[in-house]
Amino acid sequence: MRAMRYLPAESPVWAVETVAGSPGAQFLAGGTNLVDHLKLGVTAPELLVDISRLPLDQVEQYDDGAGLRIGANVRNSDLAAHPLVRSRMPAVARALLSGASGQIRNQATTAGNLLQRTRCVYFQDVTTPCNKREPGSGCSALEGYGRYNAVLGASAACVTTHPSDLAVALAALDATVVVLGTEGERRVPFADLHRLPGDDPSVDTTLGDGELITSVEVPVSRASERSTYRKVRDRASFAFALVSVAAAVELDGPVVRDVRIAWGGVAHRPWRARLAEAALVGRELTEDAVRSAVDEELADAETTAQTAYKVPMLRNTTALTLTRLAEEETR
Amino acid sequence: MTEQVVRPLAVRSVGRSLERVDGHEKVTGAAAYAVEHGEADGVIDPLHVWLVQSTVARGRVARLRPEAALSHPGVVAVIDHSNAPRLRDTGNRELLILQDDAVGFRGQVVALVLAESAESAREGAALVDVSYEVEPHEAELREDNATYKPDSVNPDMDTDTEDGDVDAALAAAEVVVDHVYRTPYEHNNPLEPHATTAWWEDDAGREVLSMFDSTQGVHGVVESLAPLFGLEAEQVRVRAPYVGGGFGSKGEAHAHVVAAALAARTTKGRPVKLAVTRQQMFALTGYRTATISHLRLGATADGTLTAIEHAVQEQTSAIREYAEQTASPTRMMYAAPNRRTSHRLARLDVAVPSWMRAPGEMPGMFAHEVAMDELAVACGIDPLEVRERNEPDVDPETGRPFNNRRLLECLHRGAERFDWASRPPGPRATVDGDWWVGTGVASATYPAMKMPGNSARVRSLDDGRYAVAIGSVDIGTGARTVLTQIAADALDVEPGDIDLAIADTRLPPASVAGGSSGTSSWGTAIVAAAQRFRADHGPSPDPGVETTASAADDPAAEQYAFHSFGAVFAEARVNRWTGEVRVPRLLGVYSVGRVVNPMTARSQLLGGLVMGLSAGLFEESHRDPRFGHVVTQDLATYHVAAHADVLDLDAEWLEEADEVFTPMGSRGIGEIGIVGTAAAVANATFHATGVRVRSLPLTADRFLA
Ligand SMILES: Cc1cc2nc3c(=O)[nH]c(=O)nc-3n(C[C@H](O)[C@H](O)[C@H](O)COP(=O)(O)OP(=O)(O)OC[C@H]3O[C@@H](n4cnc5c(N)ncnc54)[C@H](O)[C@@H]3O)c2cc1C
Repeated sequence: MRAMRYLPAESPVWAVETVAGSPGAQFLAGGTNLVDHLKLGVTAPELLVDISRLPLDQVEQYDDGAGLRIGANVRNSDLAAHPLVRSRMPAVARALLSGASGQIRNQATTAGNLLQRTRCVYFQDVTTPCNKREPGSGCSALEGYGRYNAVLGASAACVTTHPSDLAVALAALDATVVVLGTEGERRVPFADLHRLPGDDPSVDTTLGDGELITSVEVPVSRASERSTYRKVRDRASFAFALVSVAAAVELDGPVVRDVRIAWGGVAHRPWRARLAEAALVGRELTEDAVRSAVDEELADAETTAQTAYKVPMLRNTTALTLTRLAEEETR
Repeated sequence: MTEQVVRPLAVRSVGRSLERVDGHEKVTGAAAYAVEHGEADGVIDPLHVWLVQSTVARGRVARLRPEAALSHPGVVAVIDHSNAPRLRDTGNRELLILQDDAVGFRGQVVALVLAESAESAREGAALVDVSYEVEPHEAELREDNATYKPDSVNPDMDTDTEDGDVDAALAAAEVVVDHVYRTPYEHNNPLEPHATTAWWEDDAGREVLSMFDSTQGVHGVVESLAPLFGLEAEQVRVRAPYVGGGFGSKGEAHAHVVAAALAARTTKGRPVKLAVTRQQMFALTGYRTATISHLRLGATADGTLTAIEHAVQEQTSAIREYAEQTASPTRMMYAAPNRRTSHRLARLDVAVPSWMRAPGEMPGMFAHEVAMDELAVACGIDPLEVRERNEPDVDPETGRPFNNRRLLECLHRGAERFDWASRPPGPRATVDGDWWVGTGVASATYPAMKMPGNSARVRSLDDGRYAVAIGSVDIGTGARTVLTQIAADALDVEPGDIDLAIADTRLPPASVAGGSSGTSSWGTAIVAAAQRFRADHGPSPDPGVETTASAADDPAAEQYAFHSFGAVFAEARVNRWTGEVRVPRLLGVYSVGRVVNPMTARSQLLGGLVMGLSAGLFEESHRDPRFGHVVTQDLATYHVAAHADVLDLDAEWLEEADEVFTPMGSRGIGEIGIVGTAAAVANATFHATGVRVRSLPLTADRFLA
């Protein structure tokens, strides 16, 4: 048994001040990811600051309904069931419900979900090299078990993918992450929250020392109301994505006025497919148009024998998702 | 002990759905599993053991430093090869742990940590500092591995067989199906991980090793452990009152059982508890070897087989040989004058493979039944017809008549329930929304087995009740319940009048809960003891009289081939966009002799079907050949079917009784449900999409355009 201190947080500011400057301290939310890592030896904090009882558990409208502010501690189940989430941003509800299991969703929090770490088997197996777990030790996944590996934005140091479904939906909907640090609050555009691995995959996000996510703001738009999430996996439930697509579209007749596409299971962070979006705006939304837009985005994809399937899977799934949204829109 | 010639049972309770007699204990949590026993059972103030495993696949332990572990609070001792009690070499190197510095596979036990709590033991294990002299290893099963021919295949079958002239028949055949089929490594993953409590006691000057173990056979544990420790069988007592599943992985003692006994040897009588983790199970408790089956079928244009060849390559461990009998069902399944089967093993520096539900039949029938589907396609005939056409009159392997082969009835009954007649003959014929839809069929078979060495004891109690005892284990199948029913009928009393004692080596010996042989073997012994008891003591015995007996061999039985049969029907939907496979309907129809308890039997058959579905769609242990161990070593990365994967699932059976085989008329049902199921699903995906997948599992990427 390893001695470890555990402190329930008194307030958000207190939590930040307690963790900042203490490299051995970590926030504990629902614990569904962090506690696994404690048991596996992936991480060994000296201090856990339990933030799960801080009152960051509300979903509320801001700016007269311009968007929804989701507290960091809102449980995944509660968020997925929230009427405004279901009606104004169905992609978020669907992404959540496609993740994990009912029991885990009851326990898991919004911020914890976004900050969960990779599921790469080597990251979780302390007997194998992994640059994310132990910088400089090497990447075992590069030439190892790679079915879930990245095809975009990977590096020689790390080829893993980000596992969160929620993050993919929020990437598509241009969310903003509200963060509290020792210098006060700052607002991080969702696209800037997660990093690509580069040569330092040990760092997943751009959050600074001791920074606490307090809420996530998601703007409501015509597109968000017609958003959806499609996750592809072998098992019908309780499996991480082979690939996933969060999409939202607003049409002007047959022509695309606004489109958002984000992918899961392809990169070290949720992948906003901006090239594909640009290729579609102003064009008629057809299956072929989507397929070639996807191919533009995937021009730089790097695949192996184990990940080659992701290219046709993304192409098909994105085409399926967007054409279905368009059908609903024109119906 | 007496041998009794058994007569068929007059059934009253047998055939009825008696509720599980231990259901209440289980659902209320009162049932104690292997490391849950406390003072009431003599487990006082236990220590906890944690396994330290090698992180290289082959080599030697160069240096092992226990200091950091020993100074960790709660840690009591570190045991490695330098200080472990000595074992006797019984020729089983899987069990011969901590006797020298050699490492034969990654994950092998190299040290044990004893501590006052499981948490301290675990942390202590992480602190043991081991360095190795690494030697090159080979841990990948490939078609070009160096292989050898084992002397026999599991359990003791011929390695190779040959009848007629296969090459000539293939050369002359009008239709030839010639393909390679693969099944991956699979891990049994019973719900309850392996676990052992052990302690040494002095019993009137003799040492006794006592254990609670999560095992499929308590007597088998004694047979493995007693000689290792230089003990007489009576000096080892093993109990397993409740076991949370095994699927073959608890069929034999694995290294952790020896570890617990070794550790307990050093504690001056304090019990030790050792619970294997889910991750450790992927290295230490057995698994199904991957198989490469080269099938060649020769046939006339109408699908009549002229030649069957099944050449298998698979893998064993350098530590200990295990040879899966993958081609064995091919030897008896269909008629053909020219037949050849063979098994070759690659000896790899990997963990020791072992039994997993329907060893041999499961991977072998996947290959054979997909090949039969391909033969039907090649001949342009229905998959049912190709099986009808090749139905043998007698067992093709032994020449004996079957008792009883009702495969075609199973196929026809399933076809009727599945509305097979309206099935479009060609593939890729049905689209429903986003899904290609197809149906597939496969045959199933499993040998009826009865093990030697079983006896039972019947004693009259003073209130008209009877104590019945046999050392067999209920691993969650419902054995305790069906044996109660069998005993009741054999004594012509109510099930409630039976006090059944099981799962203790102090009771009369019983064979392993494996090979679908349990009910047949133990039930026959109970019937023998009960019939002998009545013969000796009459219908109103004095309280306290008892009889122990076993069943005499039945020479009449020798002239038959005893196998169970079944037909599995699957509907598969394959998503046209994503390749995802779903199985909305799965049905098995079986001929398995008399069903002793329809409720528990149904669970076995449905469970087998689900496990076959799971193997068909998901299960695959990925061994990283660079490291030598399985890296998908938890249930988040080793996928088994979850609720949402199992939709309309059903099993039924033909009414029958095989009273030549057992006095109950039963033949065994534990394994047949997994046989053929993955093939039926694969054949259904072919029918849906026109894409033929010859290796499991049938993941989404296989079906992407
Ligand atoms: C078997 C299994 C299957 C799963 N399947 C899926 C799936 O299909 N899809 C999916 O998306 N997820 C899946 N998950 C992951 C699950 O969603 C996450 O474990 C969960 O969302 C994490 O939330 P938590 O509150 O428990 O986080 P914790 O485990 O408490 O924390 C996770 C991390 O976030 C940090 N953290 C938490 N809150 C804050 C905050 N407010 N500010 C800063 N840092 C913070 C913690 O320090 C820690 O590093 C699965 C998990 C399991 C165990």
